[in-house]
Amino acid sequence: MALNANQASTNPIDDVVLTSVFLAFGILLSLYVAANAADPQMEIHALMFAAAFAFGALFLARHVMEEPKAEPGGYAMGVVRAGVFASVFWGLAGFLVGVVIAAQLAFPNLLYFPDAAWTSFGRLRPLHTSAVIFAFGGNVLIATSFYVVQRTCRARLFGGIAPWFVFWGYNLFIVIAATGYLMGVTQSKEYAEPEWYADLWLTIVWVVYLLVFLGTVLKRKEPHIYVANWFYLSFIVTIAMLHIVNNLAVPVSWTGSKSYSLFSGVQDALTQWWYAHNAVGFFLTTGFLAIMYYFIPKRAERPVYSYRLSIVHFWSLIFIYIWAGPHHLHYTSLPEWAQTLGMTFSVMLWMPSWGGMINGLMTLSGAWDKLRTDPVLRMMVVSVAFYGMSTFEGPLMSVRAVNSLSHYTDWTIGHVHSGALGWVGYISFGALYCLVPWLWNRKQLYSNALVEWHFWISTIGIVLYITSMWVSGIMQGLMWRAYNEFGFLQYSFVETVEAMHPYYIIRMIGGSLFLVGAIIMAYNLYRTARGDIRANEQVPLAPVPAAAS
Amino acid sequence: MAAPNNETGEEETTGHEWDGIRELNNPLPRWWLIIFYATIVWAVVYWIFMPAWPGITGYTKGLRNHSERENVAVALQQLESSRVEFAQRLLAAPSLRAIESDPDLLQYARAAGESLFGDNCATCHGVGGQGFVGYPNLVDDEWIWGGTLDDIQTTLRVGRRSDHPETTYTEMLAYGQDGLLTPAEVNDLTDYVLSLSGQLHDPEARARAEEVYQTQCVSCHGVDGTGDREQGAPNLTDAIWLYGGERSAIWETLWYGRAGVMPSFEGRLSEDQIAALAVYVHTLGGGED
Repeated sequence: MALNANQASTNPIDDVVLTSVFLAFGILLSLYVAANAADPQMEIHALMFAAAFAFGALFLARHVMEEPKAEPGGYAMGVVRAGVFASVFWGLAGFLVGVVIAAQLAFPNLLYFPDAAWTSFGRLRPLHTSAVIFAFGGNVLIATSFYVVQRTCRARLFGGIAPWFVFWGYNLFIVIAATGYLMGVTQSKEYAEPEWYADLWLTIVWVVYLLVFLGTVLKRKEPHIYVANWFYLSFIVTIAMLHIVNNLAVPVSWTGSKSYSLFSGVQDALTQWWYAHNAVGFFLTTGFLAIMYYFIPKRAERPVYSYRLSIVHFWSLIFIYIWAGPHHLHYTSLPEWAQTLGMTFSVMLWMPSWGGMINGLMTLSGAWDKLRTDPVLRMMVVSVAFYGMSTFEGPLMSVRAVNSLSHYTDWTIGHVHSGALGWVGYISFGALYCLVPWLWNRKQLYSNALVEWHFWISTIGIVLYITSMWVSGIMQGLMWRAYNEFGFLQYSFVETVEAMHPYYIIRMIGGSLFLVGAIIMAYNLYRTARGDIRANEQVPLAPVPAAAS
Repeated sequence: MAAPNNETGEEETTGHEWDGIRELNNPLPRWWLIIFYATIVWAVVYWIFMPAWPGITGYTKGLRNHSERENVAVALQQLESSRVEFAQRLLAAPSLRAIESDPDLLQYARAAGESLFGDNCATCHGVGGQGFVGYPNLVDDEWIWGGTLDDIQTTLRVGRRSDHPETTYTEMLAYGQDGLLTPAEVNDLTDYVLSLSGQLHDPEARARAEEVYQTQCVSCHGVDGTGDREQGAPNLTDAIWLYGGERSAIWETLWYGRAGVMPSFEGRLSEDQIAALAVYVHTLGGGED
């Protein structure tokens, strides 16, 4: 159903003029910094910024000269298509680096190249985490949020060219961050490694993102705001706050890459884990719950199970999540009262998290049979199941007694990956499988059989990954705490490392299977976008019911 | 909100619709609500008993008056006091041999030594003390610097080629690299060394190297090649090799020289710890009387 949404922004010149001035200023500033750079890393990054701004100017010129393409319903879908492309690209890159560092852990002596510092685990590890969370996950969130907010508000994206600025600006941040890691530029805060200038740039991009999203919600043609948009908004607002506070820092030089955090000692640690835990909460949980709240009911063609539950679990989730960060600092110099609060709020977080799982799963009541025939829907449902599992495991691990065993072990890595591969990965894959036929106006995917292959290969991969990390993590924890009768440690550290070797190999195999699945998906999506349908897979009668517009 | 639909038994939707998505208005699942309340009650009870809420000048200590820091301090103190008696007995022992002949003390020294070995020695010598190429095996009866309790204790205390003032500095010279011998002489000498342990060699080359061996090697390795522990010169006549006994490895040793370092542990470990470690290494299997 073609909705009569509004046309392009009322005065398209304003945003173009504003962007031109911004880009010109950006080029001048970047060139100035490059010429006066205090270190070679900053020089490279300043030149990259200058090149990106120049590219932006070209893009802008093309945008102004070109006839605006008519989109069904008057929506801005070009930027969503770009976001889908970037998501798949960064997903493959991030998974690949993950497999590489898993191999480095399994075979450290074979994959150690002292002459090429950028290949060391210490630099590739943040490359992996940032690529999968911020590059893959972030692009999925931006693309789906731009899609969902338009469709559920019946309004074209606010801000003229601003959504494109958000897309390119965000991906510029990714490139700056990633190249920085390889050159050794880091402020050594987990999941917040980029240095001050990259942080400032992301802040600008993120504020524009917030304005685009809010502006679209404000000019909606629906009386109410759909639940997915609450979740997107909580994600955008909270990430802005977390990012700004955790990255408060003093640069050593305005033309140098190094900075020092405004906080020190345990305050720094607590700020960092307040940030990092809520990045899990508001980036990887509420953001992807928003995806779930749109794509599952849409795909299953069933109403959302409970409006009441969505309200209660939304507010309880965002209120309680923000307290839970201190559970990352159990048994440290963090005062015990703060540890208590972190732990108790984490346990109280269990049911609010599960509210989303109930709403996702129960939305299928009356449509369970579709799980047999629709592998995309099955992927999203399994995703919600993984979500339920890891949001039970999280509160469990936050309990101090459990944490004393699990902390610093591979159990944590397994926990994170059941959420990351199972929940975030699968809900994103499901959304991408839905979006590509809708955005490229295709009747169906190139091949459902390939989705089946993707589903089963990567599910086996996830199971191998998390079970091997559970076993190795718990074994590691037990070995670390084993004492002999005189109170001496039973095992030396190197013995625990030796014991983990087989599990590291299993983990590497699991991760490789997940990567293989994603490659199958990329191929399938590419053929779908081209308009191909695999031989014998033509749906004979009714078109795919979920096809939009 | 809409009333239940009697015909289907299903809750009506809220009447909202977005892009074709509607919402039912099912009540909160009862089990969900009960568990949610239960976790809140549990949290409040926990706050009552444990340190929890900050104020202006302090925090609520809780009824149990629990303090993890104090618990750790007490536990550490208990551990130390349980060990102090053994540590004193180790120091008071007239000799390391006396430690080995006291079953209680030996058991303690071996337990302490094993733990110390894992943290300090296993990285180079292996968890079982089996060694690696370049890092001596400690479980056999071949010793470069001597395998008695006192020898081992000295090696631990002052190290070998370490930064300790009393350490030993002898080294295997880089005969080829530094031009002390010609390449041909190094090649011949390789055959000579191979012959000492009865390995396959070229007798003519060996004969040519006889004089070089007598002038360059005997001062440390001895006329018959059995080595000299005083100088840390290994025995060349047996099948045990620190850097490998095949032709290429021996040639490499002659050409580039060797000077492996054992760090000094004096100051890093206490005296009783060094004593325990010496006993542990001595009892690994190759200890000498």
